[in-house]
Order: sequence, then C-alpha cells, then structure tokens
Amino acid sequence: MIGIIDYGMGNLASVKNAFDYLGILSQIVDDPDDLKNFDKAILPGVGAFGRAMENLKQNHYDEAILDFTQSAKKPFLGICLGMQLLLDSSMEHGKHDGLGLVQGTVYDFNDVIKDSPIQHVGWNSISKNSSSPILNQLDDGESFYFVHRFYCMLNTIEEVSTLTDYEISFHSTLQKDNIFATQFHPEKSQKAGLSIFKEFAKL
Amino acid sequence: MVKTRLIPVLYIKNGLIVRSEDFVNHKIIGNIINEAERYNQWNVDELIYIDISRDDSYDLRRDDLKVDSYNSIDEVIKRISKVCFMPLAFGGKIRTLEEIDTRIKNGADKVTLNTGAFLNRSLIKEASKKYGSQCIIISIDYKVVDKDPIVFIENGTKSTGITIFDWIKECEQLGAGEIFLNSIDRDGKANGYDVENIKKAVQSTKLPVIACGGAGDFYDFVDLAEETNVSAIAAGNIFHFTEASYPRAKKLLKKNKINVR
Repeated sequence: MIGIIDYGMGNLASVKNAFDYLGILSQIVDDPDDLKNFDKAILPGVGAFGRAMENLKQNHYDEAILDFTQSAKKPFLGICLGMQLLLDSSMEHGKHDGLGLVQGTVYDFNDVIKDSPIQHVGWNSISKNSSSPILNQLDDGESFYFVHRFYCMLNTIEEVSTLTDYEISFHSTLQKDNIFATQFHPEKSQKAGLSIFKEFAKL
Repeated sequence: MVKTRLIPVLYIKNGLIVRSEDFVNHKIIGNIINEAERYNQWNVDELIYIDISRDDSYDLRRDDLKVDSYNSIDEVIKRISKVCFMPLAFGGKIRTLEEIDTRIKNGADKVTLNTGAFLNRSLIKEASKKYGSQCIIISIDYKVVDKDPIVFIENGTKSTGITIFDWIKECEQLGAGEIFLNSIDRDGKANGYDVENIKKAVQSTKLPVIACGGAGDFYDFVDLAEETNVSAIAAGNIFHFTEASYPRAKKLLKKNKINVR
C-alpha cells in the first residue's frame, strides 16, 4: 500500500486518481503516525516551499519522513515541490531549510533566465544521467509536464537521474538509495508519467 | 527546451460544454465527461475549462436546488480529473480563496482568475502565496479600443479603461504565474489571432502567455507560433467541429518546425 502524504498543500487528488486508474492501491495519509504502516510513500506538492516546510514541521511529518526513509529505508517518491523539500534548502522567498535528505539547493530561475518566462511551464524532455528503476520504461528524450519557478541542483551528480534544459541545465529527477523524486508531474504526464508510478509500485 | 503547448479551451455553461461566439451566443456541444475522454485520447498538452454559467441562481452554496445537472463545478472537476492525466485548469466565477481551495482539492492543477482578480487584487497575492504562482493563471479578456487593447471584465461587458500591458505588469508583481489572453473581438470569428498585441504582451512580461481567440484553421496556430514567443496556443471552437482536429493540428505544427510535443 502506497501512502500519499497530505500536509495541506493540495494536488493529492490527481496523484490518487492516477494510482486508482492504474489499479494500484494507495491511500491518503493524514496522520504522521500512520506513515510507518505503508510500504511506500509519496510526497506530492503544489505550493510555496516555506509554507510547505512549516506545514510538515507543525504536523511532525518531518520526523515521520525521516524515520520512513532513513530507519525503515522504504521507497519514497517526491513530486515537484515534494522533490525540492528533500533538499537542504531553498531560495524561494528568502532562504528556507528543507528536509536535508538529499544534499543540494533549490534556486530561482529568475536569477538565471534571460529570454524565457521565469516559470518553467509546459512539456519538456529529459536526458538520462544515471539509471534509476522508476525510469526503466522510458526513452531518453521523453517529454513530461513541468510547472515550477524554482529548480533543484544536487551536490552529488551520481544522485541525478535526469537533466532537463531550460536555458540552463537543471536536475529533473533524482535517486539516492530508496529516495526518488521528479521535478515534473508524473500524474499529469499521461502515459510516460503513469509508467513512473507503475515502476515505483513494483519496487 | 520547453515545447509550445496547444491547449483546447472548453466552455461550461450550466453543466454542459458549449461553443462561444462574441461572448454572447452559446451552442451546446456535448457532455462534459465524454468531451474530456475524447481529449484524453488525443493526448492533449493541457485543458482549460471556463465556467460561463450566467444564471444568477447558479450558486455553489445552493446545490440542493439544482440536482439535475452537474450541480457544482467541483463535481465536474472531480469527474474529469479521474479520467484525464494532463494539466487541468479551471476558471470562471472565482472570487474567493475558498473557491480556489475547493477547485484545487477536487483535482484542478491551476485556476484562472479574471474579474475576481481585477476587483480584488489581494486574491492573486494570497492564492499565489498559498499554492505557488504556477497555480494562478490570470485570464484577461480584451477589446481593441482606439488602437489600445483594453481589459474588459464581467464576461467582457465592462471596460476597465486600462491596457492589457499595464494589467499584466501588475499581475506579475502580485504573484501571478501565467497570463491567458483572450481577444473578445475575435472570439468565434475564425479570422486569425491578434498577433500584434499578443507579440507585444509576450515581450512585456516574464510570465508565460497563453493566447486565445480567432483561430480559423490550423495555419493560424503556425502563424502565431512563428511570429510570437507565446508559451501556449489556445483555441476553443476549432477543436469541436473537425475530425481528429487536435492530432492534425499538432502534425501541421511539427511539419512547420514548431517545437511541440
């Protein structure tokens, strides 16, 4: 059973719908104490980094996620903001500390982008950097749906599964042991996206 | 690099999909869920739904009085998001943060704000703070008045007297994530996009611009993509009446070397 963490930051319905559609059992987790009862967990996310971290901390999800990923070592998938929250810190509206499970920083496209909109919105392709089981069924160059203004840069290149270009090259998916994450939205990327959920469920 | 999106815009009136012309005439096209499934099969990039129900009795808090159709937009969103795995934006009649909350909660990825944002600018600020800018599309209806593109609100009935460029700038400062530009003059007219003003709008902002209004054939998409840097090409009616319209449009764009999916 896959737990989808509800920390008050929306977008849960889409993720749940995708698993339902695939016939994979999943459930919304609304109590951090329940998290340990799941085999795998997903940290979705739409919203602002600072507020999301506040919500995670207030509800003690930060500790539950730490136990889940570091002690129990169960498969964990961050999506979009859920990927960014795994890192050390973010520069979104001032500097905020993240969960620090993966070493890296979240930066603002506004500081580096010159000719494109500061929001990276739309379908863009991935190029593979190191293999990851959740990307098994996908070709290099496959397109996914992105919508974000802040982007992840990891400290350890071996943990970067794919790169994506938006004037600059940023880290679009990651894997560090049992921790996986995608900057794009698999639940909004039709067949290619759903295949990531299928592969994650198989882990 | 990021690809240019091609987005069907669907208008919902009292629980049904309708065709829009001049913002006034609406012909019923079909059932919302059937239409959604059709677009899902076409592998579309994104869908934008605008609720244009104008019946004053249509009130989300009075659902018990309207039981025969999809009695709330939230029910519609819920049903669509169960069968569509693409970005879904919902707009029309949104005035409060609570209305945004319920749309997101039911499966909307983005909301479009129009009159609600113009009359209450803090709504943009609050909503983008809560959900992130990427969630907030500002929908701008405009008419060209004495050569200037002027923002109109209240379903295109009321002039604000300010240009789209000034309003876009303000929206950007308030935290909006995308701009949806809709030419009232060209709504349902099939005489091509307002390339001149769209181009100026794109150049004036760092926000992605989605342009809508006036597509008569698929070559209008090519022209728009070639002549402007729009992030997305949107159209309503054109997708309703021709067979396999969406995949054929994509094919033509690809053939003309437009970077589409």
